[in-house]
Amino acid sequence: MGMTMTQKILAAHAGLKRVTAGQFIEAKLDIVLGNDITGPPAIKEFEKMGASNVFDANKVVLVPDHFTPNKDIKAAEQCKILREFAASQGIVNYFEVGEMGIEHALLPEKGLVVAGDAIIGADSHTCTYGALGTFSTGVGSTDMAAGMATGRTWFKVPGAVRVVFMGALARPLCGKDVALHLIGVLGVDGARYLSLECGGPGVASLSMDDRFTVANMAVECGAKNALFPVDDTTKAYLTGRVTRPWTAYIPDADALYEQTIVVDLRALKPLVACPHLPSRVRPVSELSHVSVSQVVIGSCTNGRLEDMRAAAEILRGRRVRDGVRCLVIPASQEIYLQSLREGLLEVFVEAGAAVSTPTCGPCLGGHMGILDEGEVCVATTNRNFVGRMGHVKSEVYLAGPAVAAASAVAGYIAAP
Amino acid sequence: MSIFVYGDNVDTDVIIPARYLVHSDPEFLAAHCMEDIDVDFAERVAPGDIVVAGQNFGCGSSREHAPLALRACRVSCVLAKSFARIFYRNAINIGLPILECPEAVDGIAPGDEVTVDITTGRIENRTTGRVFAARPLPPFVQGIIDAGGLLSWIVRSEEAGLTGGNAI
Repeated sequence: MGMTMTQKILAAHAGLKRVTAGQFIEAKLDIVLGNDITGPPAIKEFEKMGASNVFDANKVVLVPDHFTPNKDIKAAEQCKILREFAASQGIVNYFEVGEMGIEHALLPEKGLVVAGDAIIGADSHTCTYGALGTFSTGVGSTDMAAGMATGRTWFKVPGAVRVVFMGALARPLCGKDVALHLIGVLGVDGARYLSLECGGPGVASLSMDDRFTVANMAVECGAKNALFPVDDTTKAYLTGRVTRPWTAYIPDADALYEQTIVVDLRALKPLVACPHLPSRVRPVSELSHVSVSQVVIGSCTNGRLEDMRAAAEILRGRRVRDGVRCLVIPASQEIYLQSLREGLLEVFVEAGAAVSTPTCGPCLGGHMGILDEGEVCVATTNRNFVGRMGHVKSEVYLAGPAVAAASAVAGYIAAP
Repeated sequence: MSIFVYGDNVDTDVIIPARYLVHSDPEFLAAHCMEDIDVDFAERVAPGDIVVAGQNFGCGSSREHAPLALRACRVSCVLAKSFARIFYRNAINIGLPILECPEAVDGIAPGDEVTVDITTGRIENRTTGRVFAARPLPPFVQGIIDAGGLLSWIVRSEEAGLTGGNAI
């Protein structure tokens, strides 16, 4: 029996010829990532275990992006722990506010992750880098501490769900519609402990930003990671951005999959996930009765340049409806700057939206855009759990940037 | 001993809401554990109590603060039909006892008196008299627990010169 893409990457990092689903292995890590929530406890554990130096100061990445710019004194303390650890360890890839971006937009953009890598990050959406043909998965602070100290970690080799894309995605549909469709089909634990292995002729029609969104949300159906094949789109993205060599892994023809899902991209409609699970997916057209108090366009899921462009296309020459707050958050300084150069920020401000420096803040109810009782938000973020964005009796609907922008204009959930 | 029974997909956002994540002190986290779905959980929970839940317990965020909060509430065990991947890993790494046993979860109602033997996986509903056997932990995972958590396991392995190997 052959191996999936994930299994091949894990085998290579474990120094093994082959691995099979369910096997426990120890693998070398190319990157260990943490942020201002998960990093400080990891640093504490790192010190408690008696470690003095990180395994490689070039391979540990620290991004203060969750409660930043610091929302209060406690947040400032956490960021200070990260900053001082980075300085004392000579960590090259520490990104201060002002050059910071939301971690999962920032790492690919900076060329820090390449196809064929094995990466752990103390953030559940670390699976985003699978869009580049990278094995990457979310872990907790203790795993991060151990990874920083040793440059290795243990994995249980996952089985896989094969996702075959057919047809081509037509705009204004986007990666979010694909992600929500998949989560709707699989449910929030349908891919638990499994790898989502994407392929098929339709992949070519998915932009790099689409793929980042799909891979990002793999964890919302329980997956350990997601992987896209390394094709011309991937190579174009990596070229000129990365300095390390990359490896494109191709699944064996006889690789074993627990399930195969065929997605006809031509048949997709704009989708929304209703409270309080990302799997409660319905077509936008069925939700026009839902009034909106706030719209958030951003996050590691949909704060990329294409998302900014899609939102601006809807908001250009229009106004955010009275009674609705609209927050737009480019996911990195580079995206922010490019949005500025293209006049997108001007469109947002003229439409009555508030534009912010990069932060994860609103997505996790951290800071900015916190909802009160009874308020409803349409967000391009990744989770709509109870109390996710504020009051326990608030509601979050998940959608792509075009739907979110259209909803901001209409004052209710609306198609672009 | 009390049991706290919840449904499917109890996520890390309700186990410990993000608004408290400017702290990582376990006692502080424990004071707010579960409050978004069970407002006075922290006041009612007592050492040795058991949390019983459905599928996919701990889905969502990678925040280790979630199992830390439950551990600091001194729950003796989380018994669920299944656990989300990162939560499972985090619980093992920090030493929060967890067991998967769908049959036992279906066979437990609020108010039942339940005893759990973490080592053997034997679960007894003393109210109904039914006994269940939880799925045993994989030996490798049991090894981490026996060592007292991931970091002790690593330190112990390194002292024994065991790391650097590939297949475990």
